[in-house]
Amino acid sequence: MGGRIETREVEQVARLARLELSAEETQRMREQLDRILGYIDKLRRLDTEGVPPTSHAVPMVNVMREDEPRPCLPSQEMLANAPDRSGDFFRVPRIIED
Amino acid sequence: MITQLTVHALVEQFRRGAATPSAAARAYLDRIAAVDPSVRAYITVTPERALAAAAAADARWRAGRPLSPIDGVPIAVKDLLCTKGVRTTCGSRILEHFVPPYDATVIERLEAAGTVLLGKTNMDEFAMGSSTEHSAFFATRNPWDLARVPGGSSGGSGAAVAADLAAAALGSDTGGSIRQPAAFTGTVGLKPTYGRVSRYGLVAFASSLDQIGPFAKDVIDAALVLRVIAGRDPLDSTSADVPAPDFVAELGRPIAGLRLGVPREYFVEGMDPEVEASVREAIEVLKRVGGRAEPISLPTTDYALAAYYLIAPAEASSNLARYDGVKYGSRVAGARDVIDMYSKTRARGFGPEVKRRIMLGTYALSAGYYAAYYGKAQKVRTLVRRDFDAAFARVDVIVAPTTPNLPFKHGEKEDPLAMYLNDVLTIPVNLAGLPGISVRCGFSLAGLPIGLQFIGRPFDEATLLRAAHAYEQATSWQTRRPPLP
Repeated sequence: MGGRIETREVEQVARLARLELSAEETQRMREQLDRILGYIDKLRRLDTEGVPPTSHAVPMVNVMREDEPRPCLPSQEMLANAPDRSGDFFRVPRIIED
Repeated sequence: MITQLTVHALVEQFRRGAATPSAAARAYLDRIAAVDPSVRAYITVTPERALAAAAAADARWRAGRPLSPIDGVPIAVKDLLCTKGVRTTCGSRILEHFVPPYDATVIERLEAAGTVLLGKTNMDEFAMGSSTEHSAFFATRNPWDLARVPGGSSGGSGAAVAADLAAAALGSDTGGSIRQPAAFTGTVGLKPTYGRVSRYGLVAFASSLDQIGPFAKDVIDAALVLRVIAGRDPLDSTSADVPAPDFVAELGRPIAGLRLGVPREYFVEGMDPEVEASVREAIEVLKRVGGRAEPISLPTTDYALAAYYLIAPAEASSNLARYDGVKYGSRVAGARDVIDMYSKTRARGFGPEVKRRIMLGTYALSAGYYAAYYGKAQKVRTLVRRDFDAAFARVDVIVAPTTPNLPFKHGEKEDPLAMYLNDVLTIPVNLAGLPGISVRCGFSLAGLPIGLQFIGRPFDEATLLRAAHAYEQATSWQTRRPPLP
């Protein structure tokens, strides 16, 4: 078994998913994903030529409402769970380089 | 014992003045204190809030003016439903200290109906799992055999109802997370039609599949709770504008002539012979009470699980992007920059199963693989739905096992794929957005409960519940209790 997903692909997907994985975790993840993708490969045997995709079980068009203001949650309550804040703002590490 | 009563029997006592909501709440809180240390169904218990709500319900019943047919009933909810001022962890370290600033719509509706919130139940982290072993805090035990799992992901809710630690409970079902633990704990577990119940305030896992529903001691109770939580909500654009009938009133109608489809693909190779025998016997019982059973075929069944394990992780990888250590949740200190902060925070905050699903979903959606994986899975989803459409042209309700196997032991399914295969008979219902229910249909020789699944047409919970109720009335499995103090 093996070869469906390579280590460098696992590393790339982890970067996209913003998940820091140790070298050991990366290897274990590669093996597990390989096995799961091996099972999923059975889908290839099913002919889906011309079948439309379903993204949602219930067919739905845009659901509209009147564009009316209504009270929103107080900012202090919304900030209460923040791990770091400054006044009325969420604080994050520096994003833009000098 | 008052904690053994069904919701409808308990409310009858409230009506007659034979018991009060306060007495019921105290009995449940006492039992939680005595028994939950061995079952471990609850992450958080809310005694002060429960007793205050119960006292208000006492006054309403005394005045003869209950808010609803379940006023004063003590209920537990899965810890992914936002409760204002009550910690909501989702079974995850990353939300360990999260206190929502608002209530989920179902919580508002339960409170408007006068129910008493006992606490928040344990679950697999972010509802990803089939055993409740993936909770970041502790594993819940099956009340019928403490060495075994209660199923998952809503294992805490199932165990709470089975162990008489709540009169009823809410869970959520994305691929079987209500029906599978209901089967494993011998409770009634109902997954309503997608859109029947508002998802506002439900922490999202896979938004096109997630649905909230009740765990109960019998079918009448499930119908009573569904009536309260069902209905359109402007805060969830996917909630359907379909009237909720009086599900309880519909239950009394006989099922003579009801056409029951028995899908041959649901009696899978390798299924437990005790499960198969119980389900076959249950179908005979349904025939005796007037049902007309006929074999049907749902040919895409064998592919549904594979499609689900692309669609659900894809949606999860997107939904869980919000846990970035900025607005809520924990954050790892000392990061080099913001990307480093996200990556370290998520690495420490999520458990292995959540990471696996995020990785799988990100992979399935990534450039070069989208068409082969996610796109293909969406087409398979269409075929799954067409199978059911064709079946429901011939039959009114589908009857099948809920799970192929009996509850397994803690630590028995270390391999992720082996765990996923548990949901092979519940997943198609989510892909098609249909209602499904699991009811107790017997016990193994070792005393483990077995689940019978009914599947209905979209928004036809009334027929689904009627068939399940007819079965329950014709049998006496409900009288057996787990071996607990």
